[in-house]
Amino acid sequence: MTNTTDTSTTNCPECDAPLQREEGVMANEILPCEGCGAELEVTSLEPFTVELAPEVEEDWGE
Amino acid sequence: MQIGVLHARIRLEEKLIIAELEKRGVDLKLFHIEKLPFSLDSDGALETFTQVDAMLERCISHSRALNAIRVLESWGVTCVNRFEVAEVCGDKLATNLALSQAGVPVPQARVAFTPESALEAIEDLGYPAILKPAVGSWGRLLARVNDRESAEAILEHKATLGTYHHSIFYIQEHIAKPGRDLRAFVAGDQVLCAIARYSDHWITNTAKGGRVENYPVTDELREVSLAAARAVGGGIVAVDLFEAPQGLVVGEVNYTMEFKNSIEPTGCDLPARIVDFLLEVAEGRELIPTPAPAGQVALSAVAAQGRGGTS
Repeated sequence: MTNTTDTSTTNCPECDAPLQREEGVMANEILPCEGCGAELEVTSLEPFTVELAPEVEEDWGE
Repeated sequence: MQIGVLHARIRLEEKLIIAELEKRGVDLKLFHIEKLPFSLDSDGALETFTQVDAMLERCISHSRALNAIRVLESWGVTCVNRFEVAEVCGDKLATNLALSQAGVPVPQARVAFTPESALEAIEDLGYPAILKPAVGSWGRLLARVNDRESAEAILEHKATLGTYHHSIFYIQEHIAKPGRDLRAFVAGDQVLCAIARYSDHWITNTAKGGRVENYPVTDELREVSLAAARAVGGGIVAVDLFEAPQGLVVGEVNYTMEFKNSIEPTGCDLPARIVDFLLEVAEGRELIPTPAPAGQVALSAVAAQGRGGTS
């Protein structure tokens, strides 16, 4: 459940582990959830929100 | 001066490049490719894009990047890399053709459009042969085909289960590489550094867990890498090379290269060097490579010798 009072924290949408926005993190950065290992994409910094990162698509790469 | 970065997911590479641009006090604009519709009307160019002096394309999706660059260049936006480079590098068939036509040594390759003709091509190259999707990265869906039975099975699976472009069968000779392949990072006419990627698996891609070490930029590596970069249209690219018995051959060229594992072993500040090049382009540096120097002739001779097969 998302903390509605502290805009620098949120919860993992997969396992509900609390997540703290760390210094230097950027919007659209991919972060692993320390609770369940899910890949999360930062969708907003203020308030801090994340979503499950999209699955790798066929044309992704370098 | 204003620099744009076109992106989707922010990998460590994008983060390092953005940090470097910020460190230099550059007026930086980030454009998220998935959040921007592009008008194709003749007057549809968006000022927010056309104001940038150079746009660094760092999208994770090839097809989105390719089409965005196409639109941006039609608006007169200078993109790094250019559309031509993305188009050639994003398709292994197009890459092989461009390299081959420029006399750059490449593995022998075939393209076929039915499982039957693909089987014929595989048997022509000899076992083992490598089946690759023409579009794809990170070593995904590569198959080393060791015999006719596995060839028939893989081809049937690709034709039946894959989308239509998996029935464009790109088949490459197997290079018996010495447990590693090489990668050279190129910006314009300079090889920035090179690495060797080691793995016990036949796929040595670091995305598959390969180990990275520095590799010296030898004369041969420099010559082949610069020729490959020039053949695909220049810019900032990573050239992947195999050590074949007859010399270095170029497997592919990456136009949105990942480099996070290469900074420490090479000691090369790749984000800084990428930004150096980007700023030069923004100041008017020509992106289209100059014609091949005289040394290209010697390279062509090496390439011709390499057609004998190495599997």
